[in-house]
Amino acid sequence: MDWIYGLFIAPFADFGFMQRALFGSLMLSLGACPIGVFLMLRRMSLSGDAMAHAILPGAAAGFLFYGLEILPMTIGGLIAGIIVALGAGAVSRFTIQREDASMAAFYLISLAIGVLMVSIRGSSVDLMHVLFGTVLALNNEALALIGGIVAVTLVSLAIFWRALVAECLDPLFLRSVSRMGSPVHFIFLGLVVLNLVGGFQALGTLLSVGLMMLPAAAARFWTVRVEPMCVLAVLIGFASCIAGLLLSYHASLPSGPAIILSAGVVYFASILFGTRGILRARIIHHRHRTA
Amino acid sequence: MTQTCLTFRDLTLGYNSHPAIHHLDGAIRKGSLTAVVGANGSGKSTLMKGIVGVLKPMAGEVVRAPGVRAAYLPQQSELDRSFPARVVDLVSLGLWPKRGMLGRYTSEDRAAVSQALMAVGLGGFEKRPIDTLSGGQLQRTLFARVLLQDADLILLDEPFNAVDAKTVGDLIALIKRWHGEERTIMVVVHDLDLVRQNFPETLLLARQPIAWGETRETLKPENLLRARRFHEAWEENAPWCEPDEHAHGHDHDHHDHTHGHDHDHHHGAGPRAA
Repeated sequence: MDWIYGLFIAPFADFGFMQRALFGSLMLSLGACPIGVFLMLRRMSLSGDAMAHAILPGAAAGFLFYGLEILPMTIGGLIAGIIVALGAGAVSRFTIQREDASMAAFYLISLAIGVLMVSIRGSSVDLMHVLFGTVLALNNEALALIGGIVAVTLVSLAIFWRALVAECLDPLFLRSVSRMGSPVHFIFLGLVVLNLVGGFQALGTLLSVGLMMLPAAAARFWTVRVEPMCVLAVLIGFASCIAGLLLSYHASLPSGPAIILSAGVVYFASILFGTRGILRARIIHHRHRTA
Repeated sequence: MTQTCLTFRDLTLGYNSHPAIHHLDGAIRKGSLTAVVGANGSGKSTLMKGIVGVLKPMAGEVVRAPGVRAAYLPQQSELDRSFPARVVDLVSLGLWPKRGMLGRYTSEDRAAVSQALMAVGLGGFEKRPIDTLSGGQLQRTLFARVLLQDADLILLDEPFNAVDAKTVGDLIALIKRWHGEERTIMVVVHDLDLVRQNFPETLLLARQPIAWGETRETLKPENLLRARRFHEAWEENAPWCEPDEHAHGHDHDHHDHTHGHDHDHHHGAGPRAA
């Protein structure tokens, strides 16, 4: 029994930074994973990645003026992300250009500005920190911020759930019965930015999108309804965070990649063994009913 | 005096300053069942979009009688069939006008959803994922959603496309039931025999109304011939439509309402004359 304790419990029981890391990353999963499910269902999986890049100049500006402080960097990232999300969203809603193209244009511009700003004064070590973050250095401020972001996310999802589902399932119908279509799209983009910003202190701008998308992509292989899909994505997110942190602790690996790779393992397992995965479809479905 | 449900006042709808519906005047009577016919590109779907409000008029207006709620079944649905939803989830969207975004679905609502599915012949399909439905089953599902919307004005854009004869028969029966309930219905149809058999009134469109009124009168050979001569293509260098140029063009002698031809349009970008 001791080895089980030593392997799974002791790292969290003995070290404050591990407890914080666990708490922060679990909260992050709670908000980011359902958002990821909707991103995936709206075929915007790569938009999350684009948004993560778009946050960079804001975070860099915060870093340039205030150094490695979480609040200015977060607020900067939030502003940059919202400008890109609203700009790209507005261009796709009100012109003939599709969202993928407008998003690409906006985030590339934003990323270039970000890299420029970091290179003006920072060293490459600073850039690495902004890009990759570290979940093992979450302070109280960061935890409070993540908590607030999760609360806002869950409350917004509860309020706008039906409109969000309708907007994904049949946008033209929603437009014919309600004016919620455009507002709910922008609210959703706002939530995406919020959760990416929440994740960047812990996982970095590049990897925070991983915790959002990989559990969602994995959950798609197990269920045919949205609600269970969101719950499952959150559970997969939880499992990935715990596994990733333990891996990082025992093998002295960087925590961010360890968490995301754990989610990656679940994703590949889901492709193979999910109820809608490859093996089921290939092997078991040779049997069929009469009607 | 019969009540009007919809009034078109000098309505021009279109795309990129080219009109698809050009200076339409007229009214739709409450409780009427109207077929909208015409060649491809004659403005039928555009008119539907204008009535629902998803397309803003270039000039003029569509006026709904106060309190009229519309249900709209588009020709090209933006429905995402790969979305993980069941038939019951899709049909339940029809509860939106009643429950809105936040209202809780009651057991009464769930019973209404089941009844609507029964009414379109899909009893027991509640739990089926929507990506497993056939084209006809999906169309029935969408009719169930319209049924649930409980609207006063029902707009169906080519609902019989790629649907088998039995399904067409069932859907027609449903439309007639709505007609019996004094709902106002407009249906875009291509099959003129179907129109002659089932629709009391017809609007024959070719960017402008060619004829509008009782179906037998409207679908006379000379009217159909005129509609067929309609030139579908936009002309890039068509002259700009001037305020009094079209004042002679309204050859519909329809319904008992008065609408003076006092066209004082203010064309912003200015639609072009056909």
